[in-house]
Amino acid sequence: MRFDSLIDSVGGTPLVGLPNLSPTPDVRLWAKLEDQNPTGSIKDRAALSMILRAEQDGRLTPGATILEPTSGNTGISLAMVASQRGYQLICVMPENTSIERTQLLTMWGARIIPSPAAGGSNEAVRVAKGLAAENPDWVMLYQYGNPANADAHYEGTAPEILADLPEVTHFVGGLGTTGTLMGVGRFFREHKPEVRIVAAEPRYGELVYGLRNLDEGFVPELYDATLIDSRFSVGPRDAVRRVRELIEAEGIFAGISTGAILHAALAQAAKCVKAGETADIAFVVADGGWKYLSTGAYEGTLDEAEDKLDGQLWA
Amino acid sequence: MAIEVRIPTILRTYTGGERAVEGSGATVTELIDKLEVDHPGIQERLLENGEARRFVNIYVNDEDIRFTGGLDTAVADGDTVVILPAVAGGSASGF
Repeated sequence: MRFDSLIDSVGGTPLVGLPNLSPTPDVRLWAKLEDQNPTGSIKDRAALSMILRAEQDGRLTPGATILEPTSGNTGISLAMVASQRGYQLICVMPENTSIERTQLLTMWGARIIPSPAAGGSNEAVRVAKGLAAENPDWVMLYQYGNPANADAHYEGTAPEILADLPEVTHFVGGLGTTGTLMGVGRFFREHKPEVRIVAAEPRYGELVYGLRNLDEGFVPELYDATLIDSRFSVGPRDAVRRVRELIEAEGIFAGISTGAILHAALAQAAKCVKAGETADIAFVVADGGWKYLSTGAYEGTLDEAEDKLDGQLWA
Repeated sequence: MAIEVRIPTILRTYTGGERAVEGSGATVTELIDKLEVDHPGIQERLLENGEARRFVNIYVNDEDIRFTGGLDTAVADGDTVVILPAVAGGSASGF
């Protein structure tokens, strides 16, 4: 395949079967390898889509500065696209994210403003919103509320899956900004409404939830609960266990959040087997494991990995 | 065997600091009614107008009850119920 530039090669990722982890010949799992995007994660789709939309809308003009709360992949994707299209990027990032992410962002030319670890992503969003108010000339694309984020999956991820797997019965994705699930969910509601949309939500250690006031929580503006059918909460132990199974059984080296997504996909698969249904379950491999080697998730016992991930934003 | 109910840090003032308490009942509604008896005041922090509060997520065996019948979701001995505040999610999958 030939493309005019790197950003023209975003999307069009492979869908591969899991012959060893699929529970029966009638209930099959398929991995959408989003780690094969140019910067190595599904976020290339959203970043490119949000920047192109902002250019069309006139919000982004040559030389502009983009501001975004991100603990990693979105920032890396935005940094790559911004560098190619002549923008500066400032990322607000929780200080308890892995060192590789800081290194990668710096390498692609982004500036990083740390936000306190306690409070996690919520805190990064709060800090970024404050900075945006103080610097009106900075452009915050705000992935949590930007329809172009979900549209990238409505226009790309979902139709690619339907073309490669017309018999698809379930889609399983990670729930963060909710962009992937909202875009894919809306596409299938319109084009194949019997497809069930399953969300896998990371469950972090207590530090991340902290003393959060239950009246001041955060639900991304993009989120529409009618576009999903079930939502699994997955803790670090199950995520790590599945990420190890994925590499051992299928040779796929994925990031920790993909372990959470696979865990939900396998839970869904078990339900289908129990109900005697035929199922073709497509799930997202959001990124590769490279950026998470220093977290300790890939070595030692599960207990050790679980301890090391406590307090980290592992997905 | 009872139902294990995991309590978020912010609500442990109602459970004497306990991270997890025992619950009982056939549905989440009954479970929360019983929790209120054992830990007065907790119900009002969880529910509003007969539903889970917007920023409160309740999971039965890791599944969000909003997609399994809401407060009518069935529970049984041996189940685990997790209560968590809503937070912005993942860096890789969503963030």
